[in-house]
Amino acid sequence: MDEVRLLKQNWYVPQAWNIDVYINQCNFGYRTAERVVKTMQPSAVTDLVKASGLRGRGGAGFPTGVKWGFVPKNINKPVYLINNADEGEPGTFKDRYIMELDPHMMIEGMIIAAYALGCHQAYVYIRGELKLAIERVQGAIDQCYAKGFLGKGIFGTSFDLDMIVHPGAGAYICGEETGLISSLEGKKGQPRLKPPFPAVVGVFGSPTIVNNTETLASLPYILEHGVEKYRQQGTEKSPGTKLFTVSGHVMKPGVYEIPLGFPLKDLIFNLCGGLKPGRTLKAVIPGGSSAPVLTAEEALKCTMDYESIAAAGSMLGSGAVIIMDDSTDMVWALANLSSFYAHESCGQCTPCREGTRWMDDIIHKFKRNQAELSDFDLLMDICDNMTGTTICALSDAAVMPVKSFVTKFRNEFEQHVRRV
Amino acid sequence: MDKASNPSSVSHGASNGASSSGNAAHLAFSAENERWFQKMLPQYPDREAALIPTLHRALNQFGALSEDVIHFVADKLELPISKVLAVISFYTMLKREPQGKYNVQVCRTLSCALMGAEELIAHLEKKLGIHLGETTPDGRFTLSTAECLASCGTAPVLQINVEELDENLTIEKVDSILARCH
Repeated sequence: MDEVRLLKQNWYVPQAWNIDVYINQCNFGYRTAERVVKTMQPSAVTDLVKASGLRGRGGAGFPTGVKWGFVPKNINKPVYLINNADEGEPGTFKDRYIMELDPHMMIEGMIIAAYALGCHQAYVYIRGELKLAIERVQGAIDQCYAKGFLGKGIFGTSFDLDMIVHPGAGAYICGEETGLISSLEGKKGQPRLKPPFPAVVGVFGSPTIVNNTETLASLPYILEHGVEKYRQQGTEKSPGTKLFTVSGHVMKPGVYEIPLGFPLKDLIFNLCGGLKPGRTLKAVIPGGSSAPVLTAEEALKCTMDYESIAAAGSMLGSGAVIIMDDSTDMVWALANLSSFYAHESCGQCTPCREGTRWMDDIIHKFKRNQAELSDFDLLMDICDNMTGTTICALSDAAVMPVKSFVTKFRNEFEQHVRRV
Repeated sequence: MDKASNPSSVSHGASNGASSSGNAAHLAFSAENERWFQKMLPQYPDREAALIPTLHRALNQFGALSEDVIHFVADKLELPISKVLAVISFYTMLKREPQGKYNVQVCRTLSCALMGAEELIAHLEKKLGIHLGETTPDGRFTLSTAECLASCGTAPVLQINVEELDENLTIEKVDSILARCH
């Protein structure tokens, strides 16, 4: 089985971020968005996206068309569309490549989404650190305004759409949709309780749809080729293709587009060229650092779709596959991740603010061979108190690597217990 | 950076947290930044939403978010100082102190660490003669770590002054990057 290049189809066209190249040499050249805006009813667009089964590509995997359907009808407030380009899940780098190499396909997808939602103001919230992505996307937006694909009366219709890049400023938590909304409003990026969901009460108190970059970039293909063709790839419950970012101890790390349902072992050993010479597979994180780690044995049985990875006790998440070979010290690796979550906790909720720091301290005790046997139970107790007890899922996310690493690689942690 | 920690204070002058006018009278955006500001503002229904983009521009122009600059931005957006300070304290990129001429940030998160980021950091500390978080005495280099910079496929990576990423790093590449920083 090989890569399937649908999302990636323009990545190797030189200067595809230049609108004249995008129009003349690339799919979809804004022709799809123009046809949608000129000939389709907004509700028909939403129905089509629902029928396609497209699921959010940011990490939660929630059906996109269903999410759109939550926006109340006949409401006297503007509807906002936010492209969540705050890619920050460790191991993930697909959205950055979309923005740098093919921003126009993403913008075309945003036009389609905005039209379906009756939205006239869209934001692309991009990680502040991603300077080239910010430049390319804002440049692409400016080119669209110049051609009349954005602004007043796009494509010569009566549909207005404004769009602007809004930079983040260095906070992982702003990838959480309500944290992002807070940040976009000019505040600290602290998440909010759901319900109310953003589709009902979002940014500026108005209905808001927050979609991941890859999700939006998936739309032109679906609108151009239809549901049946889209569903030819992937599985029944996880249709389509997805970008997987592979990193760590493989010969050919990078972004790979494969149909959902692709065997993980083929991804690692065929597409990614296998492990380094003389090494064996030890562990795989299948969906970004917030997904529980899998042992090599568990990983090799999985296919890359939401259901198979969930059945293995983990999550497809952002599709960030981190490969660890037998040279990896799992205590050291976990300490790296626990520090990440301790840094990134927004501080609102006591279980997370205190728990991420406390877990990090204990795991570093293990790293220094200073842990006690009682620290195992203490860690699990902290994990339990951090799960389902907070405003957002960062707390639960921080727990995932801790529980899975300590449980599945317990012998390594036991070796780091303090010898009296 | 620990988001929950509580850094600094800024004198509020006479206005006790309301919009201040005092120190900022002499500061102004460059013509280009002002053009950008006027064009950007109508895309938000609320001036407060323009805070982070405006702070980025101010940081870029003035080099640091000093007390004067904070007052300038607060005035421009008609926001209380306390709100501006809260936002600055929360986000890692919004620096209150001036950085070295070259602000070198090495990604420390797992995928980069698996590919040797720690060795690169140790090498940089030794070569520059400073620890993480410090600036060289001549003011040329500040060294720090960043969390995942979304380039795990070309790990390890670093970023200088938030420009393009330097990827697929080795000790030799790092040395030649430093040599180009005059």
